[in-house]
Amino acid sequence: MAQQLDQANDIDGATLVEIFRRSMRVYKTDERFRQMLMSGKLRLVYYPVRGQEVLSASMMSAINIDDYLVTTYRGVHDQVAKGIPLKDLWAEFTGKVTGTCKGKGGPMHITDPDTGVMVTTGIVGAGLPIANGLALASQQSGDGRVTVVSFGDGATNIGAFHEALNLASLWKLPVIFLCQNNRYAEHTAYSVGTSAKRIIDRAPGYSMEAVRVDGNNPIEMYNAAKAAVDRARAGEGPTLIEAMTYRMLGHTFGADFSYVPKELQEEAKANDPIPAFHQLLLDRGVAAEEIAAIEAAIDAELDAAVEHALASEYPGLEELRIDVLKEEIRA
Amino acid sequence: MSTTDKISFAQAINQALDEAMGADPKVMVFGEDIADEQGGGVFKATKGLSGKYGTGRVRTTPIAEQAIMGAAVGAAIAGYRPVAEIMFMNFLTVCMDQLVNHAAKLRFMSGGKTWVPLTVRCTTGAGVGFGGQHSDMLEAWFAHVPGMKVVSASNPAEAKGLLLSAIEDDDPTLFIEDIMMYSQQGEAPAPGFKVPLGKARVRREGSDVSVITYGRPVRLMDEMAERLAGEGINVEVIDLRTIAPFDEETVLNSVAKTGRAVIVHEAIKSFGTGAEISSRIHEELFSDLKAPVQRIGSKYSPVPFSPPLEQAFLYSEDEVTTAIKRIMG
Repeated sequence: MAQQLDQANDIDGATLVEIFRRSMRVYKTDERFRQMLMSGKLRLVYYPVRGQEVLSASMMSAINIDDYLVTTYRGVHDQVAKGIPLKDLWAEFTGKVTGTCKGKGGPMHITDPDTGVMVTTGIVGAGLPIANGLALASQQSGDGRVTVVSFGDGATNIGAFHEALNLASLWKLPVIFLCQNNRYAEHTAYSVGTSAKRIIDRAPGYSMEAVRVDGNNPIEMYNAAKAAVDRARAGEGPTLIEAMTYRMLGHTFGADFSYVPKELQEEAKANDPIPAFHQLLLDRGVAAEEIAAIEAAIDAELDAAVEHALASEYPGLEELRIDVLKEEIRA
Repeated sequence: MSTTDKISFAQAINQALDEAMGADPKVMVFGEDIADEQGGGVFKATKGLSGKYGTGRVRTTPIAEQAIMGAAVGAAIAGYRPVAEIMFMNFLTVCMDQLVNHAAKLRFMSGGKTWVPLTVRCTTGAGVGFGGQHSDMLEAWFAHVPGMKVVSASNPAEAKGLLLSAIEDDDPTLFIEDIMMYSQQGEAPAPGFKVPLGKARVRREGSDVSVITYGRPVRLMDEMAERLAGEGINVEVIDLRTIAPFDEETVLNSVAKTGRAVIVHEAIKSFGTGAEISSRIHEELFSDLKAPVQRIGSKYSPVPFSPPLEQAFLYSEDEVTTAIKRIMG
């Protein structure tokens, strides 16, 4: 039965390889950030995304480059999977004028409209009401875009989540609420902070479609994403996706992680989505050389991105007076 | 236009919204009770608009200010010009995050890649007996946020002209209406009349003292200036119209001429906008001043309900004239 279901819901090889490529682009970016932080070559507050790569890659593979994304401070997986050029991302993370936001936003505020990354917010839950507005613009203009908004399980306890779901359902907005349930809100375990047994249990209160999937399984995650996107584009309204995943590292790079039970950490390591995906491709007959070529291309892009970021200039101090208002502030 | 044409403040707001929506299909209006089915707004400022432009562009929302403001921010980033009505200024407290952390900062934080051409309308003011949670003047909070503009009109014609400018402006603008002024009648402006943001208006020229104010106190100051003229005191009355960024040039030129300044606002005096304006005058014109700058505001108290307390809470003309006479020596 399970085998039959898998076949019925299968996705084509090219899509699967594309999800893998995006997953590895995230994995290697995250890994490189942590390596450079560890060696002291970078100094910044970094929110690791290890373990959540496949989830983002599957979701972003189900939408177009000009569809809108709103994400959070732990958002590098979403941004990279959406397609931001790595050199622009790295330059922004290092505060350089060549960054996505001229170095003025930083890691928690990445914006890149060229790839549909419209808002990255450092305020938990704040992205959901804004995603409604982007979706409203699409509904009103008929441009056919959908908006995806990412947030964690912890964000479902803040008021903005509830206000946003109610309005999106009421107005049938083309928005996908992507809850990345990584089981920890900062340092607080799911059950300590969330009364609902499952995040999707909140959706019926807003008459909203909801689906809970294994976010680390690319086929399951992609299919759920695709179904939600199709519904949104067809004008059938929003979907809440609860994508189960696990944050394999601390809240921030270097942060204490001892509050996570050892057994859970061991279990997560055994279920690491990246090696599993690699094996899945091999099982599906993708040549090892093709996988290696994908990884080599990402390594090359990453090397160039890091070099570009480090070699770039910081913004000039006149930037303090620019972009505050449309008109430059007088010196 | 005949000079006898009159409109109320509420009609002026309605006309501005109507003209803006007629001129630009990207202008949308959101808020509680604003469509005609719900009565066209509790102050009728949006009456008739949903009938004319449809409930797609004129949307009644749930009572959910974060959802309203967030939707407005998102639509603005995507190229619309939303006008969000937050019924009372105090309700801005429940969507401060959207306004302060997002609307005001997205242009800067994105390095200019996104911007938020949003207008937020709200009403407030003491004097109608709403008590502590529907009456506050919180303009100083928003004036303190880089990336936002704050506007307050003193008469119907300029309300229309300022609101049209706010909607056309590419930065988020808070447009403060006074609940006591909706029925106030004034001269109707010519079609297309606009008041530029950031420009004060010298309502009356005078040589002895500059009275700097905005919003509801303006009319009272006009009347006071007329009375004081009879006593030989020539008051210059300046209506800021835009509170942030305020028109420093007009204020400083006036005070350089008169050597005396009194700032009057309904907001409580402590840490109010008067403190900022006073400081700028002292910083630039200290040696030209004939007396220290005076500030008149409401009392340091939540807005009370009981009518005698509410009146005692508010700034008064007596306080202004007393201050003027004291600094005139």
